Amino acid sequence: MKTRDVIASAVQNTFRSKLRTSLTVIAIFIGAFTLTLTSAIGAGISSFIDSQVGAIGAPGVLTVTPVPEDAPADDGPAVYDPDRATGGASIDGPPGMAGGGMNQADLDRIAEVPGITGVTPAVTLPVDFVETAGSQRYELTLDLATGLFIPDLAAGAAVADVDERQLQLPADYVEALGFADAQAAIGQPVTLGVTDAVGGHHEVEAVVAGITNPGLMNLGPEGNQALADALLAAQRTGVTGEATPVYLAADASIDPASTPEQIAAIKADLVDAGFQGMTVADQIGAFKTVIDVVTSILNAFAVIALLAAGFGIVNTLLMSVQERTREIGLMKAMGMRSGKVFGLFSMEAVFIGFLGSAIGAGVAIATGLIAAPLLAEGLFAELPGLEIVRFEPLSVAIIMGVVMAIAFLAGTLPARRAARQHPIEALRYE
Amino acid sequence: MSDLVLEATDVAKSYGRGESRFDALKGVSMQVRAGESLAILGKSGSGKSTLMHILALLDAPDAGSLRISGHDVTSLSTADIHRLRNRDFGFVFQQFFLVPDATVLENVIMPLKIAGVGVRERTERGMAALRALELDDKARNRATALSGGQKQRAVIARALVNEPTVIFADEPTGNLDTVTGGIVEDILFDLNRDKGITLVIVTHDEELAARCDRQIHLRDGLEVSPELAGAAA
Repeated sequence: MKTRDVIASAVQNTFRSKLRTSLTVIAIFIGAFTLTLTSAIGAGISSFIDSQVGAIGAPGVLTVTPVPEDAPADDGPAVYDPDRATGGASIDGPPGMAGGGMNQADLDRIAEVPGITGVTPAVTLPVDFVETAGSQRYELTLDLATGLFIPDLAAGAAVADVDERQLQLPADYVEALGFADAQAAIGQPVTLGVTDAVGGHHEVEAVVAGITNPGLMNLGPEGNQALADALLAAQRTGVTGEATPVYLAADASIDPASTPEQIAAIKADLVDAGFQGMTVADQIGAFKTVIDVVTSILNAFAVIALLAAGFGIVNTLLMSVQERTREIGLMKAMGMRSGKVFGLFSMEAVFIGFLGSAIGAGVAIATGLIAAPLLAEGLFAELPGLEIVRFEPLSVAIIMGVVMAIAFLAGTLPARRAARQHPIEALRYE
Repeated sequence: MSDLVLEATDVAKSYGRGESRFDALKGVSMQVRAGESLAILGKSGSGKSTLMHILALLDAPDAGSLRISGHDVTSLSTADIHRLRNRDFGFVFQQFFLVPDATVLENVIMPLKIAGVGVRERTERGMAALRALELDDKARNRATALSGGQKQRAVIARALVNEPTVIFADEPTGNLDTVTGGIVEDILFDLNRDKGITLVIVTHDEELAARCDRQIHLRDGLEVSPELAGAAA
């Protein structure tokens, strides 16, 4: 029997018992559908994260914060260390910043870590509110632009180191501040409110230089040095003497071409020095981990469905072998070799696997392509550029291949039983 | 293998073991000569079907030897035996053994498909075999849609399609009425006479056996004289 005839006969035999075949195919369909969709979601999210990381140009930057290493949960409260706690105990940092702040000495220690080419403190500017003529006053957490990250801009440009006081605002401030759209806000003046040390209120004018897109890594509002100087000068009204600046975090520059191993080494050195460094990828990694866990769980269910479907194939084909015992006997009497009988039945299993996986993958792709734009406009409207599902031909092919391999394995048991039939006993079978 | 001669020497075959052991053949020696028609006669349980299965290489004897054209069967490879059954033997069964949900033509070309003959050629040869048995108008019908006589003619067409040298027929008329049975018998003997195909017919029908050149009577797994077989009947 020619291989082509074996395949054609197997395909033909598959459709002999349509109900039984369809039920088995449904089981495989569910598995293949889920696997295709979850892998597409995984791929979509990954590429989105990559594009986000790439857009901010972050591979060469580590965000460094002090390690709360003295205060592990089970060791009780941390012992006070005057050298390390540079006012950190009293700093009014955001929740979760348990490590306290860093002073210039800390920055110097970070700069000494091999591999770090520069350290820029993260400076939060003392802004109470932002407003335009006629708008409400909105809270604003404004950072001094470090120039290390490239903002993902909807309009305008990043703040520049010029004499004009510039800032860039996230997209959600556009409407709130009464601008028609992001483009309309560029070059417009805004007023920032500052409270000084003695409770006096000051207002500082600035110009909107750019509007940033929302994303996973919100760069947040940033101002240039000229704006920072004006705001700090306003805040220091009435202050006597020099205050020691305290920073919650610093951005350490490294060689952007660093390998993951080199980055890991730098991080280890930072830990030894009492700091922790995170790349943007690490920070997004937390989000990615959640996605990975969800997709892995779905994949696990899909694999379980496929294993169950495998037993379905065994069952279907065992019944088929039972029903066609005489036919098998006849074919063997007419000189069909056992190997071809095995091929005939295992090919039938593979074809059932092919049907289930092809339909499953096809429906998954159709579902993804229909659902993705709806979700992108609805649930994920705040994340422009997010491609929720990305179907890669290779991964779809791999899924189909794996499903067909599982089907083949499931088919070997019934196929072996068929191949071992003795022609005479098979013909006598009632 | 046009000069094919089957020669069985002292073949024995038993089924089961222990208490349920059944000796189907207890040592039978016989020959099938090229071009003859041979009837193997006996009641059910006489071992006649077992003998045919052994001659047709569908079953291996427990003892004794079988030679085909002078070659000991044990010296043949599995592939040789498969080729022999596929190319040189045709089978006609009492229960037809047609694949019910396949068409008549698909059933008839089954041996050609197994032999690896191409689609076009096997369709042509299948249709030729069906024409020879006046069934060509039923080629596209389901096998189940045929009458008993038509079914057996389809089976003969299937046995014929590979142009075999021997046709083994196990009670070919057993499931047919007298008239239809007569027609099927005529077809088989015509093939024997016109094409020189050797016929080995297993039957308990004395009239059918009488039409053959030679008869072998079996009783309880042994060859007996016609009188003895008849006396026991």
